[in-house]
Amino acid sequence: MTDIAIRAEGLGKRYRLGQDQDPYGRLSEVLSGKFRAPFRRRAERHDDADFWALRDVSFEIPEGAAVGIIGRNGAGKSTLLKILSRITWPSAGSATLNGRVASLLEVGTGFHPELSGTENVYLSGAVLGMHHAEIRRYFDEIVDFSGIDPKFLNTPVKRYSSGMQVRLGFAVAAHLQSEIMMIDEVLAVGDIEFQKRCLGKMDEVTNSGRTILFVSHQLPMVASLCDRCMLMEGGRVVASGPTSEVIHRYQSGVNVNAASVEFPDEANRPGDGVVSLLSAWIESGAGERRFEYALVEPVRICLRYRVHERLKITPQPSLHVTDSSGNYVFVTSPHDWGDERGRSPGDYVAAVEIPGHFLNDGLYSVGVALNRFESGMETAFFEKGTLTFNIVDRIADNELRAVSRWGGRIPGVVRPLLHWQVEEEAR
Amino acid sequence: MNTPSGELIVIRPSRGWIGLGALEMWKYRDLGYFLVWRDLKVRYKQTAFGAAWAVLQPVALMLVFSAFLGQIEGIGASAIPYPLFALSGLVPWTLFAQSLSGASNSLVNSQNLISKVYFPRLLLPLSAVASYVVDFLIASVVLVIAMLLFGRVPPATFLWVPILGLFTVVVALAVGLWLAAINVRYRDVKYAIPFLIQLWLFASPVAYSSGLVPETLRVLFSVNPMTGVIEGFRWAALGGPFPDTTIVVSAAATLAILVGGLAYFRRVERTFADTI
Repeated sequence: MTDIAIRAEGLGKRYRLGQDQDPYGRLSEVLSGKFRAPFRRRAERHDDADFWALRDVSFEIPEGAAVGIIGRNGAGKSTLLKILSRITWPSAGSATLNGRVASLLEVGTGFHPELSGTENVYLSGAVLGMHHAEIRRYFDEIVDFSGIDPKFLNTPVKRYSSGMQVRLGFAVAAHLQSEIMMIDEVLAVGDIEFQKRCLGKMDEVTNSGRTILFVSHQLPMVASLCDRCMLMEGGRVVASGPTSEVIHRYQSGVNVNAASVEFPDEANRPGDGVVSLLSAWIESGAGERRFEYALVEPVRICLRYRVHERLKITPQPSLHVTDSSGNYVFVTSPHDWGDERGRSPGDYVAAVEIPGHFLNDGLYSVGVALNRFESGMETAFFEKGTLTFNIVDRIADNELRAVSRWGGRIPGVVRPLLHWQVEEEAR
Repeated sequence: MNTPSGELIVIRPSRGWIGLGALEMWKYRDLGYFLVWRDLKVRYKQTAFGAAWAVLQPVALMLVFSAFLGQIEGIGASAIPYPLFALSGLVPWTLFAQSLSGASNSLVNSQNLISKVYFPRLLLPLSAVASYVVDFLIASVVLVIAMLLFGRVPPATFLWVPILGLFTVVVALAVGLWLAAINVRYRDVKYAIPFLIQLWLFASPVAYSSGLVPETLRVLFSVNPMTGVIEGFRWAALGGPFPDTTIVVSAAATLAILVGGLAYFRRVERTFADTI
């Protein structure tokens, strides 16, 4: 047996654009098209209407490796995963998978709302490729992992909260007995407590010698789970190597800069029509936008948003900062929320400064959100993991560190500068 | 880590015909079983009459047919009370109509499965059809009760009923495979199915006896596989001459539709996730 788990050679996926590809195409349109141009050959239609979602992708993943796939939306990450999990067929190239494959492109695949929790565990397990006996063997573990009270197991899942559904769905997936696991963006759901448990489980999976292919936008999560990474752009793999290098390359790319995002196109702007997000960025105290900050430096996070109509109650922006394991570090928002002064239409910039000597070194991810309170609480936008920044602890920058005798990494989410008093006790 | 399964999956584009994938389906047999079980569980959930619906449909149609069509001289078979004549046609007909519509919509109804997870796609129409067999068995029991009410004891040929039920399912599957695959691409199918089933009902000897069909149209009439199924079913339940030629023609037509349907389904299967 070879020790290569996944080998892809020149994989490509072509989609045909235009009428021919219309997913809800009507028979009459195709027939009338045939009438209008009965002699046009198929081959002629392809040329300019072709779109390669994936092009010439080759790689090898050794057994037991955990590899992350990162890249912007539309870079081909999900298409690649769909081909490798045999949901769709490649148009070119080939791939070889050595071992039993489980792919998780969605949490709770196959769940039926009318069926009970127990029934859905069996159904979802079967959909994901488990045998009846396997599901029965792991049933108690699955329920236990999901943290769902066994007395709800006979209730239809349509009466479950969405959180409970997600937990049960992931619990099933976490017990898949496969040698190769492919996961697409699914860990970004569920409550924090549960996310942590999932990450723990994922670590366990990685350490058990299984091969993992992990697609995510949450760079910190990729960094904590995967030792190697592939960066995709325009359907091709443009970089691969150790995760930190690839993430750095991704963030320093010309168009891609996770330390700053802009939404110039009105149609794609996050928002609910009343308030929309224009841009968000991270800058130093001196106003210099960058990705990397020294531990001693303050980090400023800014967002620009547009208020489209007169609001009676001041809308409240908030920032959600998470660390590389997906743990919430803090959520922050201005103190004057619910203020009755309101806002007139116009553009606003909100900025908040995280002081130096506060966060420990590591990769952090920032979600930007804005809530309105005109009638109850409404979320105008909540863009998770929009910005990313890296805090580095260079001994040269940090005099205090230089004084300390310890040269290794200091653990912890925060590294506050606290005032100590040490006195000799009077005898 | 578990012991290596030694499974090897090769993915490559292929444009030609591919096999049936029977081995793969066997590997996923547990899923097939769960899909049937899901359909059965869900079908009558939160309904007041539950499984009684399986009986209600053929019985209600039988009543309407008997009240109106049954009055026409010579529409049924002279030796058989018309209500029994109609019911013996409606029991396999209901199985066919429901299985056909279930199979044709099976792929579109499972869109999210098709676009999110791999499994042999043939399992979807197969399981949709299989789940109606239970309704058929209940309806067959009702047919037996109706026969007893009319003072007829089921003959020995009644043992053929399960086999004719299987024949019905194969007919529904054969046509359903075509429609299911086309439905993925053209949603027109969804609207055409109720209409198609209605037309088909009138083209099959459910409410009338095939003796009414002129000799010149007989062969064409038997190409409709449901003609063979229903005549066979009536023979099994109520006796009379065995409709040998009709059954042979119908079976041949079914086989042709089935083989074509399987080939077409397997050919377009790989684009389902892209077009659904």
